This record gives sequence, C-alpha cells and structure tokens, in this order.
Amino acid sequence: MMLRHIISMKDFSHDEIDIILKRAKDFEPIARGKKSSLLSGKILATLFYEPSTRTRLSFETAMKRLGGEVIDLGSVEKSSVAKGETLADTIRVIGNYADAIVLRHPREGSARMAAQFSNVPILNAGDGAGHHPTQTLLDLYTIMRESSLSNLRIALVGDLKYGRTVHSLAYALSMYHADMTLISPKQLQMPDVIKKDLKKQGASITETTNMEDVLGDIDVLYVTRIQKERFPDPAEYQKVAGIYRVTAELLEKALDNLIIMHPLPRLDEIDPAVDRTKYARYFEQSFYGVPVRMALLAMAMEVA
Amino acid sequence: MKRNETENKTSDCSLKKGMRVRPIKHGTVIDHITAGQALNVLKILGISGTTTAVVSVAMNVPSGVLEKKDIVKIEDRELKEEEVDKVSLIAPDATINIIRDFEVIGKHRVELPENLEGVMKCDNPNCISNTVEPVISKFTVNKKPVELRCIYCDHVISEGIAEHLI
Repeated sequence: MMLRHIISMKDFSHDEIDIILKRAKDFEPIARGKKSSLLSGKILATLFYEPSTRTRLSFETAMKRLGGEVIDLGSVEKSSVAKGETLADTIRVIGNYADAIVLRHPREGSARMAAQFSNVPILNAGDGAGHHPTQTLLDLYTIMRESSLSNLRIALVGDLKYGRTVHSLAYALSMYHADMTLISPKQLQMPDVIKKDLKKQGASITETTNMEDVLGDIDVLYVTRIQKERFPDPAEYQKVAGIYRVTAELLEKALDNLIIMHPLPRLDEIDPAVDRTKYARYFEQSFYGVPVRMALLAMAMEVA
Repeated sequence: MKRNETENKTSDCSLKKGMRVRPIKHGTVIDHITAGQALNVLKILGISGTTTAVVSVAMNVPSGVLEKKDIVKIEDRELKEEEVDKVSLIAPDATINIIRDFEVIGKHRVELPENLEGVMKCDNPNCISNTVEPVISKFTVNKKPVELRCIYCDHVISEGIAEHLI
C-alpha cells in the first residue's frame, strides 16, 4: 500500500487541497474542544531537529484532541542524534514505534529522504529553507475562512528569498489563480527558479519594493519575518532588518475587507497596535493550524 | 558493414595517415565528443585510472562537422545505451559505436535520460544529499534547456554541469 507522505505542496492536486480544507472545517468543533476518539490507539512521533512552538504544539494538540497519543524525540542533544545517528536510521527506528512521524529538520530535502526510509507516513514540518506544506495548508484555510480563495488579490511581504512559507504558499496560490504582488527589498526577492515555476503554473505576479502603494488594491496582506538565521552574512541581515513595518496609520489606505496574516513569530514587522484593528487575523491563523493538521493526520493514518 | 566504418567515415585524414588512434577489434567507440570533454566522459562512465580495460583517448581531433572533437575508445567492453546516454549532459553530439570483430554492429546518438542517479552532485550545500546520510543524488532532467532538478531539495542546475560531476 502506498503511504501518504506529506512532503511538498507539489504533491497535491487542486482537488486534494480542497478536500483537506473541507475536512479541516469539519474538524473545527473538535479543535475547539469537542470530544473525539477518531485517532484513539494511534501514536504520532514528533521529531524536531530545529526549534518550533506553533507547529509542534498544534500537531500535538491536533493528535490529542482526536484521541491519539504523542511521543517526542525531545531535544536533539539528548537523543541518539547527538551520538551521530543518521536521520535515515532514526526514521527507521521511530517508524517501528509510531503510526506517523512529524519531522522538522534543518536540511533541504530531509523530509523527501525520510519518506524513502520510512514505513509510516512522514509529515514535513519544515526542511531547512525548503518546504513547509502544513503551514501552507493552514494559510489557505485561513484565507478560505476569513476572506476568499476565488478572485484573490494577495501581497506577500518581507523575506521572499529565504522564507520557505512564502515559496510553498505562492505555489499553492498559483493553483487558485490568485493575483500576487511580491513586496521585498531587492536582495530578498523571490528566487528566479521559483518565479519560473509559478509562471509555468499560470500565476500572475507583480514585484515591487513598496508596500504602501499596494495596500488599497489587495484582499490579503501576508507579512513574514525577515529570518536572521537564514542569512549567510549577518551584515546583509542588518541592511534589511526592520525594513517593512505594518502600522495602524499605514492601514488607513487599506480596503475595508483586508485581512493581515503572519505565520508568526513576529518581530517588529507588525506593530502591536494593529492587533486591535479589524484587519488582524494572525492569531486566528495560528488556531487554524489545529483543524488543518487534524485533517492531515486523519488522512495520513487513513482514518475515514 | 564495412570494416570499422565509424573511424574511416568520421575521422579526418590525419587520423587515418598517422593512425593516432588505431581501430579496435571489440568494444565501444564514443565519437563526436565536444572537444575538451573526453576526460569528463570517462568520469561519467566511471572509468578511472584503476581500470584494467584498454582505453584510448584522442582530444582536439580536427573534424569536419564539429571543427574539433574528442574520441574515446574502450576495448572489450560494450557499453549499454542507458550507460552512455549520461554522456549527453556534456557532449550532446556524441555518437556511440559498438564494435565486434572490427565491425560496427550498433550505432546511436546519445539522448538525455529523464532521470540521473549518482552522476551529479547537488550544488545546494544544505541539501540532504550532501551529507553522511545513505542517499544517492537524483535529478529529474529537463531537456530544453538542459536543467537538472534535485529530487530532494528542488535545486536546479543549469550551468557548469561538468563541474558537478561526482
């Protein structure tokens, strides 16, 4: 039987995404606390080789609210990884204990490789600067719930070069024929190879360095953190840190129905005063990670 | 078929006169290699200094079609199509001739395969295929323009392909 790994958005068709989003909506009451025993008797292993708060805890919450159990690798320093065990071996061992594995790893392609060695489904929770499909699906779900996925006009702002979430999201949005504006400083523009892929999918893309100019023409403003840890040169980071900042004053130019999203954690790119405006949706977005991951867990463990 | 048709037809006069590379009795002749790529061709085929086969290499041989070309002859070994197709990465015009008893019994032009395994190194230093993990590099191949996409990290190699040979 083919295992259903969740590695990259490229593995999903438009129809499959719609099915997951619909399933997530069905799970929302459970995510809010309604009892369920859907995954009772199942065990999820979480392997995080890099720090995570939201992704790890929302996967754990999703699994537990569906009646399942979670085992955790714990800190990498205290596990056999510190003794030099390869990821391939760790995956083969953990696969004997659990029914599915959630993996975050600093190397690009690690989840794809893990899937080759695993006898249980792998759910990619971020592979370096590569993919983060569960974040993308929860972003799509947030747009579906709080705005609309059809005729969408969206601006992605911040680090579009190293930010893995925006690469996956832009790819998925191209399937929905969204009108995308990419806002970033020149040195953090989306890589050509990704833009080429998007255009192949028929995406409509505009690039700019100025956020203010587009605020009156968009339905969703997706803000990302400029990630210090992804920069090879700290001096390069200093040049662009804090370059975009969404403030309540700036939002006076926004359309009434604009929503602001952010994968979190944020630094100073969204002023806390924005949290009190009608536009802010980033905390709802982090909640939606739970029903979406419930849908993925149910799918991976083949529970109808 | 005529005796060693390939060499007599494709090689130039100086080759015939001086017999820079003599005809072989059995084996494989790779002709029309892009000039300067013969050693990389050997590398792709996994033929190193430790080989026991008789291997002849001619470089920068004057050629009517290509102006200059390289030729590689491997004696007593018949290379399979899938083995030599990898050569097209660096020598798209190469032709493969299988020789038995001085006669060309098979001839084909190299063609890019759809996938490449264990031939190239991904040039993303953070790719999982560049670690101690037990994985072999794998790429999907786009033919026009030639682009290799790492199946692990999605990184694309489109330039300096010879530099990425393992």
